[in-house]
Amino acid sequence: MARIMSLADAVAENVRDGDTVAMEGFTHLIPYAAGHEVIRQGRKDLFLVRMTPDILYDQLIGVGAARGMKFSWGGNPGVGSLHRFRDAVENQWPRPLDIEEHSHAAMANAYEAGAANLPFAMLRGYIGADLPKVNPNIRQVTCPFTGEVLAAVPAIRPDVTIIHAQRADRKGNVLIEGIVGVQKEAVLAAKRSIVTAEEIVEELSPASPNSVVLPTWAVTAVAHVPGGAFPSYAHGYYPRSNAFYIRWDEIARDRESFTAWIKENVLDATPVDFARHAAQTSAKVA
Amino acid sequence: MTDFTPNEMMTIAAARALSNDDVCFVGIGAPSAACNVARLTHAPDITLIYESGTVGTKPDVLPLSIGDGELCDTALFTVSVPEMFRYWLQGGRITTGFLGGAQIDRFANLNTTVVGPYDHPKVRLPGGGGAPEIASNCGRIFITMSLTKRGFVEKLPFVTSMGHGEGGNHRERLGLKTKGPTRVITDMCILEPDPETKELTVVSIHPGVGRERIIENCGWPIKFAETVIETPVPTDTELSVLRDINARTKKAHEGTGTGKEAA
Repeated sequence: MARIMSLADAVAENVRDGDTVAMEGFTHLIPYAAGHEVIRQGRKDLFLVRMTPDILYDQLIGVGAARGMKFSWGGNPGVGSLHRFRDAVENQWPRPLDIEEHSHAAMANAYEAGAANLPFAMLRGYIGADLPKVNPNIRQVTCPFTGEVLAAVPAIRPDVTIIHAQRADRKGNVLIEGIVGVQKEAVLAAKRSIVTAEEIVEELSPASPNSVVLPTWAVTAVAHVPGGAFPSYAHGYYPRSNAFYIRWDEIARDRESFTAWIKENVLDATPVDFARHAAQTSAKVA
Repeated sequence: MTDFTPNEMMTIAAARALSNDDVCFVGIGAPSAACNVARLTHAPDITLIYESGTVGTKPDVLPLSIGDGELCDTALFTVSVPEMFRYWLQGGRITTGFLGGAQIDRFANLNTTVVGPYDHPKVRLPGGGGAPEIASNCGRIFITMSLTKRGFVEKLPFVTSMGHGEGGNHRERLGLKTKGPTRVITDMCILEPDPETKELTVVSIHPGVGRERIIENCGWPIKFAETVIETPVPTDTELSVLRDINARTKKAHEGTGTGKEAA
């Protein structure tokens, strides 16, 4: 059964130095508040997994919390580069970063294989592409029925997966709606999971019997963190701050301005600081 | 005739490549603008799909990312990312993929991964995302990018997604049944692969652009088809639709969110 606790306790109990950590949310519901808590608690040597590293992993890489990263698209969507990621790969600052690079299709399949308790995923992928030449974890498997050769990648099995959700109930059942990405697969593939939620409600009241619900017995910890997905968004609560994504380009371009931003907005901040993003924008929507 | 910029000509020429019957996997940036101009002009029933899982989306402003809330709000339905890539893309349901890229070679292979060696890159680019499988699993591929020497290169440092590989029947030899890139739309001209060699060849030149400029801006000795036409100028409708959506988009992205709350 999931335990409802503070974000600080959830991270302290479930994220350990050296862990393989997946923080998922495909553009939507990215668990920023939880990622910042991981930075604040000084976790190190993490192996980060995420399809689109986004600004959140730029921050974790920039503070030196990561030894490596498995990913499929490492940019600032619609804006350009992730400068801290680039600095780590191009100049090994603040430390070298081992990268394991895939395509989106392969990552999605690998999460699904993890959730399904299979050792690997297969797909009709990477044909004529160079990634298999530089990533030894992209191999081939032959169909025993047709002889077709398919791409194979290892299942993703994180030590801990962290996601953000719209709602949880008091028992710890979790609901996510809208662009649901790979969160369900990422949670079910992991040994432990942390969910931050916009609201804790009496009744979950899923919109339909087919809504994406993660039951309390498949989740480790739930923390109430309104606004916790900012500057990404929570569908039905507040919109994506495209303005911040554009502004990040300038903040992260320079090591000093990045470090100053992290001190002010992460190290000297708390999860409660995210609430103003929820309040501010939902008032505007209404 | 209204004045127009090379970039506007590129987007409009790209939009014209699409039809009402297309089920189109939309890349972010220039492809997204072209696909939505098509939807708002001659192809109102086109199905636009973004890799975030939004199917049949009709955004009022262009999304900054492939997963803006606007896409989900206006979609016919939204699926998980594994379903998107497995059932809809790998399942062969997508007629057309529309991609951009940092670099392209004469056989329409694309690089969005690195400049320089992979292990010690001079420039680390974002990477492939959905492109490797979009390029192989969609019925055909359109590509749009500006024609520059930096972008149109003799040899790619890295093949992120395959176009026609080494040319000729390379796709067939790898077992691919899809057509691959069939058109590349730039700000100066439109290129299509030669039917035999698959080398990109200029088939249409935008108004006011001379052959010399095209030759100067391409990193390989570019070939021209036997018959080269002039791209028709943008119509007033095409231009006003494009300018309107760009203006709405600019306003929205400078605000906090989709722009809807500001409207």
